Amino acid sequence: MVLTPSMVASFVYVFLFAGWTFYISLSDSTLLPTYNFEGLKHYFDLWANRRWGVAYSNLLFFSAVYVATCMAIGLLLAVLIDQKVRAESFWRTMFLYPLAVSFIVTGTVWQWLYNPTSGIEFLVKSLGFTDFHFALTTDRKNAIWAIIITGIWQSAGFAMALFLAGLRSVDGDIVKAAQIDGASWFRTYRRVILPSIGPIFLAVAVVLLQFAIKTFDLAVALTNSGPGISTTFPATYVYDLMFQRGEIGEGAAAAMMILLALAIVLVPYSLYMVWRNRREAGRG
Amino acid sequence: MTTASFDSEAASAKRRHFLGRTVIYTILVVFSLVYILPLFVVVFNSFRTLPEISQNGLIAFPQSFRLDSWPRAWSDYCIGGACNGMQRYFWNSVMMVVPATIISTALGAMNGYILSKWKFRGSELIFNLMLLGVFMPGQIALLPWAFLLGKLGLANSVFGLILVHCIQGISFTTLFCRNYYVSIPDDLIKAARIDGAGFWRIFYKIILPISPPILIVTVIWQFTGIWNEYLFGVVLNSGAQQPITAALVALSTNGTNVRDYDVMSAAVLIGSIPPLLVYFFGGKYFVRGLTQGAIK
Repeated sequence: MVLTPSMVASFVYVFLFAGWTFYISLSDSTLLPTYNFEGLKHYFDLWANRRWGVAYSNLLFFSAVYVATCMAIGLLLAVLIDQKVRAESFWRTMFLYPLAVSFIVTGTVWQWLYNPTSGIEFLVKSLGFTDFHFALTTDRKNAIWAIIITGIWQSAGFAMALFLAGLRSVDGDIVKAAQIDGASWFRTYRRVILPSIGPIFLAVAVVLLQFAIKTFDLAVALTNSGPGISTTFPATYVYDLMFQRGEIGEGAAAAMMILLALAIVLVPYSLYMVWRNRREAGRG
Repeated sequence: MTTASFDSEAASAKRRHFLGRTVIYTILVVFSLVYILPLFVVVFNSFRTLPEISQNGLIAFPQSFRLDSWPRAWSDYCIGGACNGMQRYFWNSVMMVVPATIISTALGAMNGYILSKWKFRGSELIFNLMLLGVFMPGQIALLPWAFLLGKLGLANSVFGLILVHCIQGISFTTLFCRNYYVSIPDDLIKAARIDGAGFWRIFYKIILPISPPILIVTVIWQFTGIWNEYLFGVVLNSGAQQPITAALVALSTNGTNVRDYDVMSAAVLIGSIPPLLVYFFGGKYFVRGLTQGAIK
């Protein structure tokens, strides 16, 4: 009697839904779900598809730049705010507010800003730099940067919040000891404070990677996977296969690949966490 | 050490300190400008006239001030063929987010209470399995939801989305509440049980009174998450049944030639005011949810 209906519903959602989608990916489904087992055909089709190639190489490139830059900016802002600045909550509020609004809103507004005839390019040109070009969203090669920049703008504050929480948990005595030993400000951070928040770095990276793998709204609102197919992401491709082209079998296969990507990030991380907690419990 | 050299050292330390402060505040100000600029752009443009926007660009100080963009965006702007403005989609989102937030939070509190205070064989396993729901990508659940809602007769309805967000939210709300309740001493519960208090009585008399902090975090998390959700809104619902995020996308891909940046700015703001209000009034709890949701 302790299993509430909502727990059961949650299991159904996680296991039955994932299982069903997995089976569809192995069936011969196209426009409607069918249940004839077909094996890995959809997976082979998917990996042979040029657009899927674009999608996952975009994801790899996006993830690398997005995660690294968010962490760098987030750490910089956290360290600055940690210097006993005035109006601390004002700065924090400023850098975190993008997280309260949807990616759709952010993407829409930034798409306007990228518009060469009215946004940033227009502004810089009207300041006298007539050779300035910043037409990211209409340029096949550089459109991915529009998504990267906007993504960083939205999430760097999040990295900042996590780093700041970490910096605040550092034992003040070690820091004081380092300062008494004559360590400079920079050295104190590099040798004492940052190493002691090592686990936070890992956690921030894992969370941001999850965001990256799930990238959908931003790509829809900013470029709608275009120009052409240049900013296709795995998540937008799943949507396209399932609901625009009626290829739900292949779409389900692509969705399983997203799940796999998440598992590749999260399974080692959670195993590491379990191992670390055990070790700490053993010590304690 | 003479007093003179001591003084000069103090002066140079002071100068260094001043220099350091200047660098810190300069960087913070520059980043803040980058962060606030898009918000200023939409707010300003919702009050500027369209000719002025096309002449001076989107990023410029307002030369004119008028309010008509707001009522137009709210009640008669054309989105995807229907000319009723954002109001319909706004209310769809309200009708979806309020019940879904309340129900998923209540269920999460109940589950969290059971999984932390009425442990049984396998309760840890159940909790860990439920956590998987936190990480499930929406794409995996799209087809099953479309299929299930069709069977239940809830296809293309706000009720369907309420169901989706309740079930998807349970993992998160259970996680938040369980981790909070774990820190309540078990002795308190034991003492109450010895006094003859049952499952519900303990919940009402002991657990609920100390729950407000975690319930606020959970409600804010669910509210902003569900309000801002797009994938399910656009896939499972269409036309007049869509939530506001889907309407915003339909709106910005609407016209091909002329873009009504004035009305669109007001529409974007209408779509982001509820979560922004929640953020500015409950910021502390919002950040707490964010950091707790991230690092388990």
